[in-house]
Amino acid sequence: MLDQVFVSLKHWLLGYSPAAIQPAVSILLTILPILLVFPVLFALTTVLERKGLGRIQNRYGPNRVGFYGILQPMADALKSLTKEDIVPASADHTVHFLAPLILLAVAFLPFAVLPIGRNMIAANLDAGVLFFFAIGAISELSVFMAGWSSRNKYSLLGAMRAVAQMISYEVPLLLSSIAVIMAAGSLSTVEIVNKQAGFSGIFPHWYVLTPWGFVGFVLFMIAATAETNRSPFDLPEGESEIIAGYYIEYSGFKFALFFLGEYLGMFAISGLGITLFLGGWGAPLPFLTWVPSWIWFFAKLLGLIIGFIWVRGTLPRLRMDQLMNFAWKFMLPMALVVVVSAGAWRFLPQGVTRWLVSTLLLAVAYGLLARGVESRNKIAKRTYRFAE
Amino acid sequence: MLGLGILKGLVETARNFLGSYIDKERLVTVQFPEERLPVAEAARNFPFLIYDGVDPEQGLRCVACQICEKECPPRCITIEKSKDKKPDFVGKQQFYPAVFDIDVSVCMSCQICVEVCPFDAIRMDNEFELSTTDRFGGLLWTKEKLARPNEHYEAIHPTEAAEVEARRAEEKAQADAKKQPSTVTQ
Repeated sequence: MLDQVFVSLKHWLLGYSPAAIQPAVSILLTILPILLVFPVLFALTTVLERKGLGRIQNRYGPNRVGFYGILQPMADALKSLTKEDIVPASADHTVHFLAPLILLAVAFLPFAVLPIGRNMIAANLDAGVLFFFAIGAISELSVFMAGWSSRNKYSLLGAMRAVAQMISYEVPLLLSSIAVIMAAGSLSTVEIVNKQAGFSGIFPHWYVLTPWGFVGFVLFMIAATAETNRSPFDLPEGESEIIAGYYIEYSGFKFALFFLGEYLGMFAISGLGITLFLGGWGAPLPFLTWVPSWIWFFAKLLGLIIGFIWVRGTLPRLRMDQLMNFAWKFMLPMALVVVVSAGAWRFLPQGVTRWLVSTLLLAVAYGLLARGVESRNKIAKRTYRFAE
Repeated sequence: MLGLGILKGLVETARNFLGSYIDKERLVTVQFPEERLPVAEAARNFPFLIYDGVDPEQGLRCVACQICEKECPPRCITIEKSKDKKPDFVGKQQFYPAVFDIDVSVCMSCQICVEVCPFDAIRMDNEFELSTTDRFGGLLWTKEKLARPNEHYEAIHPTEAAEVEARRAEEKAQADAKKQPSTVTQ
């Protein structure tokens, strides 16, 4: 009953509209909640992030606006709205104006194919995952537009870093998703979630609970962190090196739009991670299936967001060469092994054998790759000729 | 093992996160307007004029010699000398400032005015919340606003004030000793 409350509400509202405009109203009623819920979640996340980071650094974090600082995003929004919108004189005005708009539009589109709950999906595409990645690639364009049109060396550097990083990390991101697509046999997000429904004992049939799925999920989340330009992969922004990267020349509300776009991108990719590996809106335990499906989706999303914040509060920023080495020399081979391992899992008979084979394959690959990474990272002891 | 360091780091930050809720001692920040750290004795921000006694107009130590006005590097001090004179602490007739203005927005807290003052009349205050909503009038501090009693000086810079007080007492004693014979002959 509560599970389908939003779907029923939509149908009930649709019943009041004349038949001629029903398709248009239906689309509107589907899009509107997405346009409302995720920006609100963004506002919540900013305050959660600032408070969380504060606590990690033994500070209070924002605690002035409203009850325990919960209204801080309102103050931030007002501030960014009242700020002057400065466009550099030599900037390409049209492109400079369009970049945040395109980023925002592109940031909202992936939510169309994310199943937020049972029967709660805006567009059930047969190639939903493909659509997701195709749209995700456009955000690189808007980032580069912003960096290029600002006519600023720092922003161009930031944009080039961003594009290099996003393209590099898209490969392991896609490869780890391919493992899931292979296992599910479908590109449709709804189908992938349905394949993960059901329980063996108390364990749900989530792909993260298989050896290849677990490694795939970790790789996916690392690549997602890089893809959304979040710390420790926030080189495109790199406050201490290139000031603010590609949005250095954006102020006021345009800057806020970039911010919103980044966070929406983070939610979308977390949503895809949930859909692919964490069973979408499925309950984690069999006796919890009475809880509405959309609550599970948002609970998992919140969990991943907290993970992102935790990682941000822990790790320092990578260097550019470390970033690229990690992508091409560790993530990519590991993702390929995940694909092979998922194939082995698919064709071996159910039982202990496939667990052993799959785990062994991944463990050996991890061991070898880790040795490679660590041998490169060894720094020789510095010797001095005269200063001993 | 690759990745172990990251896990250790995550545990460390989680401990900090949870610890900050349990142990208040961990929180290093001071919640400023409500909580304040004690101000150091040597702290200085903006000059003030010292007056003795209770009446700021009568007890003002400044004799309008205008040395500080001339020495001030950013030229934030404006002084107009009075036409008449009034007695200072030893009884000598001195000019006094008819106008003594300091522009808060120009002052750079260098303390040069304090160093050059031969009358111990101007000293640095440690008050630092000088912002105002009145951009034109509020930033120009007049004689009335600058005047602070000597007790305030003794409260904020006790060591320095004691030294100044001792010197001034000695000067006054010398001046009184000079006057004494004349009163005797009368």
